[in-house]
Amino acid sequence: MSLLQKLDAAAAARKAMLPDGVGAFGIPIEEVYSATEARIGSRRVILLGTNNYLGLTFAPECIRAAHQAIDQEGTGTTGSRMANGSYFGHRALEREFADFYQCDSAIVFTTGYQANLGTISGLVGAGDTVLIDGDSHASIYDGCILSGADIIRFKHNDPDDMEKRLRRLGKRVENTLIIAEGIYSMLGDQAPLAKIVRLKNAYGCVLLLDEAHSLGVLGETGQGLVETTGLLQQVDFITGTFSKSLCSIGGFCVSNHPQLEQLRYVSHPYIFTASPSPATIASTRAALALLRNGSHLRKRLWENCNQLYAQLQEAGYQLGPDPGPVIAAIMDTPQQALLMWKSLLEHNIYVNLILPPAAPEGKSLVRCSVNAAHTPEQIRYVGDTFVKLYPMVAV
Amino acid sequence: MTESYDEVMQLLCDRLNAIVNSNTLVTADTNLITQLSIDSIKLLNLIMEIEDAFDISIPINALADVQTVRQLADLVHKIKTSS
Ligand SMILES: Cc1ncc(COP(=O)(O)O)c(C=O)c1O
Repeated sequence: MSLLQKLDAAAAARKAMLPDGVGAFGIPIEEVYSATEARIGSRRVILLGTNNYLGLTFAPECIRAAHQAIDQEGTGTTGSRMANGSYFGHRALEREFADFYQCDSAIVFTTGYQANLGTISGLVGAGDTVLIDGDSHASIYDGCILSGADIIRFKHNDPDDMEKRLRRLGKRVENTLIIAEGIYSMLGDQAPLAKIVRLKNAYGCVLLLDEAHSLGVLGETGQGLVETTGLLQQVDFITGTFSKSLCSIGGFCVSNHPQLEQLRYVSHPYIFTASPSPATIASTRAALALLRNGSHLRKRLWENCNQLYAQLQEAGYQLGPDPGPVIAAIMDTPQQALLMWKSLLEHNIYVNLILPPAAPEGKSLVRCSVNAAHTPEQIRYVGDTFVKLYPMVAV
Repeated sequence: MTESYDEVMQLLCDRLNAIVNSNTLVTADTNLITQLSIDSIKLLNLIMEIEDAFDISIPINALADVQTVRQLADLVHKIKTSS
């Protein structure tokens, strides 16, 4: 089979799985009105398929900062920091992240994807081992593959299974990096961090936690799962993204290990890519300040999360185990998920359709993401619509 | 450790026959990807089961060269006998 024929075969398999579902991915959004509303086709929809957890996409402070940065520093840096230099904003944002996490060092990456690629491939290499959660995000898998380390998976959120695999590694645990996520992106459940930390200390490994979906969402100041569990000082490396609660693009890694700095000289996903644009950095800095002082936003967010989760659960939907901003209704088949997704859109509600293998264990999901800017009326309308549609997918 | 190569092969065929609901009978020469169209997550979950069955660690990057059931059995047996 030629290279292009292989792509044709993959496309045919995709279309065969869900002939009517072709339009469901990468849907055109014609106009964005606010953090919670946009136009799809001729419909004004409620946005419930973003990761805009604090609802800051239109925060005036962030917009103003981005405008100013473009005026003063231009639209792009046109190169990597290694070669072209680090702007004031890059360095300031790193200091602000280090301060936020009470850590010695922070590195800013151009995307969250690259933060995981760059950190993992900088920390481990051939002959080392990474022990990762079975439901890890693709950026974690790809970072592990790039590193050349041996990759071992443990059952999702199962510390006993993790320990079994640690024990099997024998002496190799000394060179093992454990990776987990604060909140998992598909089912919205949280890692059992206290148990993971206990094991990593008992076996003498290094722990990396990706707080992509928990930054700004969990904890009094929004640090993430490390804050709600009080385990900040026990996690060796924290990565995260600017693309969700911070409403821009980019990623970071923070650590108290001084060795983090060495990644700037060895990590290809840091070195061989252009640094974030001035506007991106400026709006991220403004958003980080809002996030740190955003306990009122988190209060609003959690009221919304708890209300929608309770209403869907009451209606009979099978949901992920933990209430939170990611609320996934688990469907038996891709066809049911597509039907639900389409019906919600017909009711002017936009959610994410997640099909295997993107969803864990062959499941299909209708994934809602709730934010702090959703009004109680919007959340009630979404909940009521789900309740109304339930008979369509009930078995 | 005592599991022979045949035992490894038998376990793999049994497990694969159980998880693929196709009419193909799984043998040593069955291609995991093209004949069983096992998706990546199913394969990775199968690897976890095999790790547990034989009490070994199978790095998933070692699967890059595995296409057939026999190649998988070779890999498992190699890890098993060297551990
Ligand atoms: C858990 C997790 N890590 C990392 C990323 C990558 O972030 P970014 O969108 O900034 O590349 C994502 C988002 O897709 C994610 O869900």
